[in-house]
Amino acid sequence: MTNSGGMLPPAFMRNGSPSFADFLADLAPDVLTARLLQSNIDTTHLAPHGTTIVSLRGNFGAVMAGDRRATMGNVISQRDIEKVFLADEHSMIGIAGTAGLAIELVRLFQVELEHYEKIEGLQLSLDGKANRLSALLRGNLGMAMQGLAVVPMFAGYDLDRERGRIFSYDVTGGRYEEHDYHAVGSGSFFAKSSIKKMYRENISAEQATAIALEALYDAADDDSATGGPDLARGIYPVVAISDSSGVRLLDEEALSPMVQAIVAGRQRRPDGPLVVLEGQS
Amino acid sequence: MSTPYYVAPEQLIKDKADYARKGIARGRSVIVLEYVDGVVFVAENPSRALHKISEIYDRIGFAAVGKYNEFENLRVAGVRLADMRGYAYDRRDVNGRSLANAYAQTLGTIFTDQAKPYEVEIVVAEVGANANEDQLYRLSFDGSVADEQSYVAMGGQAEAISNALAEQWTQGMDLATSLNLAVRLLEEFGGEAQRTLTPAELEVAILDRNRPRRTFVRINGPRLEELLS
Repeated sequence: MTNSGGMLPPAFMRNGSPSFADFLADLAPDVLTARLLQSNIDTTHLAPHGTTIVSLRGNFGAVMAGDRRATMGNVISQRDIEKVFLADEHSMIGIAGTAGLAIELVRLFQVELEHYEKIEGLQLSLDGKANRLSALLRGNLGMAMQGLAVVPMFAGYDLDRERGRIFSYDVTGGRYEEHDYHAVGSGSFFAKSSIKKMYRENISAEQATAIALEALYDAADDDSATGGPDLARGIYPVVAISDSSGVRLLDEEALSPMVQAIVAGRQRRPDGPLVVLEGQS
Repeated sequence: MSTPYYVAPEQLIKDKADYARKGIARGRSVIVLEYVDGVVFVAENPSRALHKISEIYDRIGFAAVGKYNEFENLRVAGVRLADMRGYAYDRRDVNGRSLANAYAQTLGTIFTDQAKPYEVEIVVAEVGANANEDQLYRLSFDGSVADEQSYVAMGGQAEAISNALAEQWTQGMDLATSLNLAVRLLEEFGGEAQRTLTPAELEVAILDRNRPRRTFVRINGPRLEELLS
């Protein structure tokens, strides 16, 4: 791969772009995963699929949460898969779609951001990061046309604008900024409808986390490919929070009481929190 | 066709080495030393943008003296090599030794093959899980590598500073102590008269083994002032 008698190959010493993906595509395209398959069969059922990711923003920053299920047709292929990741020190990425390609995309994206930061000596803006993700996603378009689509969602704290922001994508790499919340994956319709009834302006990180967990519960309630919290095994959604101090994953200690409160609430009212209509008490 | 003058290979190599040494000796010194939690890099560098010290990978840092465009070239190549290896294999499979090897081969080839050698000297530092696993590689303009113990000084006053470090460096120093030692030596050996370096004239970074994943941290602003006071 990089062998030229032990010395650094000329390509490494050339002036070039600070993009790791561009460098890799030039030098060792075989290391990049995306390549068009030589067939026209629908491959959808051949690989595990990740399902529901939700994200909410507020002035504190943004929260992203994902369930833990991966499915292959009617089979649950993994019950503790992780689909929400820290992208760098101020942003996070969640993925739905073909799990293998999606996780590889996340890995490439993480290196891409870190590489830029090291080469240039400063971080990309949040918009710059979102645009890089578009470009990487476009590399997978051939696979997406054959049913192996990857749909990421990107969110983080924008240090320049001092607020959280959420970006959604389509399989062609189209990038769209979402106003307050968004969901992707098979359970996203249920999750988004759920958030819609609970979201309000100026929520705190704790409130946003609670709404995200409720929304994932609702998605699992109606979508067979989304997994609910598994109290018996201690498998809870993955939750990431991004604010001015950085980005972090909630550990089990913080998450466990929140999930248990939601499950207890659902035992009293299986459909979840009741929305109060105007003029009604 | 005229016959070129014959120059003995010994003379050629000596001339190149003298040339490179002169170039390096003109620059300000950089000190890299081990402290209790890892490695600290200290450079006299008033520029905020043109770094002499930088991050290569999770546990690997880079410091250089000499011609900026030349060591910057090597630094970028090192970041690319490390990121490439980490992506193709795993983050744990990136190590300082293979990077030092690649730099050594590259500098050696440039020294013998090209008319003008690189006027640079480099340190590749790697922190391990404990102090015994820390590594400091010093690379010279001709590709020679030295596996240094505890501390390295490079640049104009390298020898004088190394001699002073041999007497004053002790194992298990904390960050403030080792940083102050390095700054004092830069002040003492940096010019003819005794000087005082302000935080704005210093570039300081550490590899802190207690940090998760990326151990490289730049130290500047209030934190640097506090450590130096």
